[in-house]
Amino acid sequence: MFKISCDSYEGEVLLQGNQAIARGALEAGVLFCTGYPGNPSSEIIETLAKASEDLPIYVEWSINEKVAFESATAASFAGCRGISCMKQNGVNVISDFLTNLTLSGTNGGLVLVVCDDPAGISSTNEEDSRMFSKLAGIPLLEPSTPQEALEMTKWAFELSESILNVVMVRSVSRLSHSRSNVSVGKLGDFKNDARFDTNIAYHTFPVIQKHQVRNEKLKKALKINNESHFNFYKGPEIPELLIVTSGCSYLYSMEALKILELESKVGLLKLGTTHPLPEELIRKHLISAENILFAEEIDAFIEDSVKALASDLIDVIGVKRFFGKASGHIPTCGELSPTVLISLLADIFNLEYGKEVKTEPENALDAALIPREFGFCPGCPHRASYYAIQMALKLDGRNGFVSGDIGCYTLGIWPSGFNQVKSVHAMGSGLGLANGYGKLTQFGFNQPVITVCGDSTFFHAGLPPLLNAKFNQSDIFLIILDNSATAMTGFQPHPGSDCTLMGVKTDPINIERICQSIDIDVITVDPYDFKLSIHTILSLLEKSGPKVLILKRNCALVQNKKGGFEYKISVDNDRCLSDSCGCNQYCTRIFRCPGLIWDSDEGNVKIDEVLCVGCGICSQVCPQNAIKKSIL
Amino acid sequence: MVTNLIITGVGGQGNVMASQIVGYAAVNAGLKVFIGETFGLSQRGGPVMSHVRITDNDMLGPLIPNGKADFILGIEPLETLRVMKEFGNRNSIVITNSRPIYPINVTAGENLYPRQENIRKLLEQQCQKLHWLDLTKSALNLGSSILLNVILLGTLSKLEEFPLNKVTLFEALKNVMPPAKLAINQQALEVGFNCV
Repeated sequence: MFKISCDSYEGEVLLQGNQAIARGALEAGVLFCTGYPGNPSSEIIETLAKASEDLPIYVEWSINEKVAFESATAASFAGCRGISCMKQNGVNVISDFLTNLTLSGTNGGLVLVVCDDPAGISSTNEEDSRMFSKLAGIPLLEPSTPQEALEMTKWAFELSESILNVVMVRSVSRLSHSRSNVSVGKLGDFKNDARFDTNIAYHTFPVIQKHQVRNEKLKKALKINNESHFNFYKGPEIPELLIVTSGCSYLYSMEALKILELESKVGLLKLGTTHPLPEELIRKHLISAENILFAEEIDAFIEDSVKALASDLIDVIGVKRFFGKASGHIPTCGELSPTVLISLLADIFNLEYGKEVKTEPENALDAALIPREFGFCPGCPHRASYYAIQMALKLDGRNGFVSGDIGCYTLGIWPSGFNQVKSVHAMGSGLGLANGYGKLTQFGFNQPVITVCGDSTFFHAGLPPLLNAKFNQSDIFLIILDNSATAMTGFQPHPGSDCTLMGVKTDPINIERICQSIDIDVITVDPYDFKLSIHTILSLLEKSGPKVLILKRNCALVQNKKGGFEYKISVDNDRCLSDSCGCNQYCTRIFRCPGLIWDSDEGNVKIDEVLCVGCGICSQVCPQNAIKKSIL
Repeated sequence: MVTNLIITGVGGQGNVMASQIVGYAAVNAGLKVFIGETFGLSQRGGPVMSHVRITDNDMLGPLIPNGKADFILGIEPLETLRVMKEFGNRNSIVITNSRPIYPINVTAGENLYPRQENIRKLLEQQCQKLHWLDLTKSALNLGSSILLNVILLGTLSKLEEFPLNKVTLFEALKNVMPPAKLAINQQALEVGFNCV
């Protein structure tokens, strides 16, 4: 059976896009691998960690993306190959270092892998990280398939070493989380001779000169890209329409042409090296096509660059007609799909298509298709925490609210978290905002604000704003929802864990002691204890100055793996008063645990035996004490 | 020749795992496979689906175009219906578990979950052949509802039209399952196979 660390393998293997990226790095002989978890990128580092059991490589989950990328850069400065992996938001975090690093340049091959999330399937935004390749002046590669992800990642190290700068590989959710047949090559040789040459210094001075050097490196990359087999053309010699495309959009375009039988009329210019663009190849195909369509996710990155190139070449290529985001033909937000391209191409070519694509819309079917709301898992400590926060803010009566952050508990913006969270943006930003609210009193602000963040988020970006609150004496009230897990992204270890990614025992960093060391009042409470949690929150709301409450309970999914919960939950039908209670189905309508079902035929609550995990917290919410917990 | 399969359900039902088993089976059988997995936020109780595309030599993308699903494998009936509307067609073959997982918005009283008979009728009207099965019971008999995904694969492998047979899927379980869970999953596959 294939193992990711095996030296070579006959035949094809099934690899996920992210696993293929990891294998590509291993075939390049990468030594130093870092990242911060985030969908859809997490499996790259996890795969490399698996490989580290057999191979002489180093892999870590860093405290945040910036530290991750800086650590991998140190390996590059010492002549080793390094890789750093993150989701699109992570590039914002590293950007200050990145735009300076590209002026100093690198030594050992350094590859930055960014996995974008068009449509924000598991993200707070759908930002197009490709813009950073222009901002930082570095080459950008965009694979389409797991096979290409492997080959491009491997080649990215060579490109990085030939221009002595970082190379960026951009994946998207649909590639990172796709699986396909892949032929693997041989593992690289993991050269073990890290050494920093003190005759060289890596800095940005003199700035103009270093900027010039960076531009020269890009020119060299352009020459290399002109020869790259990752860019190619498929289609008729003189196409009626030329589709310029990259990434998954290439596959969608290909399928749309096949379904519409347009392959003999439309050409596909598939670009893999999208910054700097392979100008010679593009020039050649711009000459032969009158109409050009751009199919790419998310922003008009290739479209804008090709249009700029076309205007420079106007004497050679003549006037063209462009279809894309600017013309309104390609959606400017959300992800592309074969369906979108089929209907667009059918429009452009005036084809009757659509009847056989969609089933007859039936009103009955539409009416039956009710939505399915996201929510916290049964037993989730966040539901308990938000329940207590909600009760405390209500009792407090000053129209308080929650400044939220990034993690499972972001769901606090929805009914599952009782709609308590009123803002969510970036890692740690809930605390930064809270610093501001805490200083608004002099301008008449009198609402209490609670800021929440998880344990992993606290380590990632929570410390500077907490220190700021202490220094500037801001009235912040931080509740750390400590579930001892990076739950949203798949339970990766973080500084509060007792073991690193590579299985090395380490002293967990104690959040309580961090707070104590800067003289901030800190209390730890079990969120399953509603009474104590509500009481504690209420009393802390009265106190001025920075204060921290840690609501500590294992993530329910972790608890389930550790043997589960101790209770069997049942309903005492004699106590549940149904509609005559006056609670108006409080348990299911307000508390909203998926383990509770309202039986409208019998008019009482029931326990869903498949979903209920037996945490027992719902026994505290029924006004008639009809929900009972008994020790298993 | 392309076979398009969509596996759907609710986060936590083992949807991605099922798609991987089919993926390994296809690769082991010398076929090409393209799988688009969906996970992320949808793990938290939301709708989930995976697109699995099996072919002998075509180059395909990870997403199935609307209306092009040949097989729909549903672990939860409402989600089966949701996928049927967007991706199904008159020739689709649908296998679905009949037991609902009520959305929170239903238990909270904001929406009515359609009657099971109604879902069944709607599916029957839309597709070529519907296999409507109460497999949760079989899964619980085997020890856990988490086995539903593999039971459904067993049922799928019984269909002549599907390009992978039971033996291939049986072998592919070894690629995915930890040794301790292999026997029970092989049993689950068998249970599903004998359902139709």
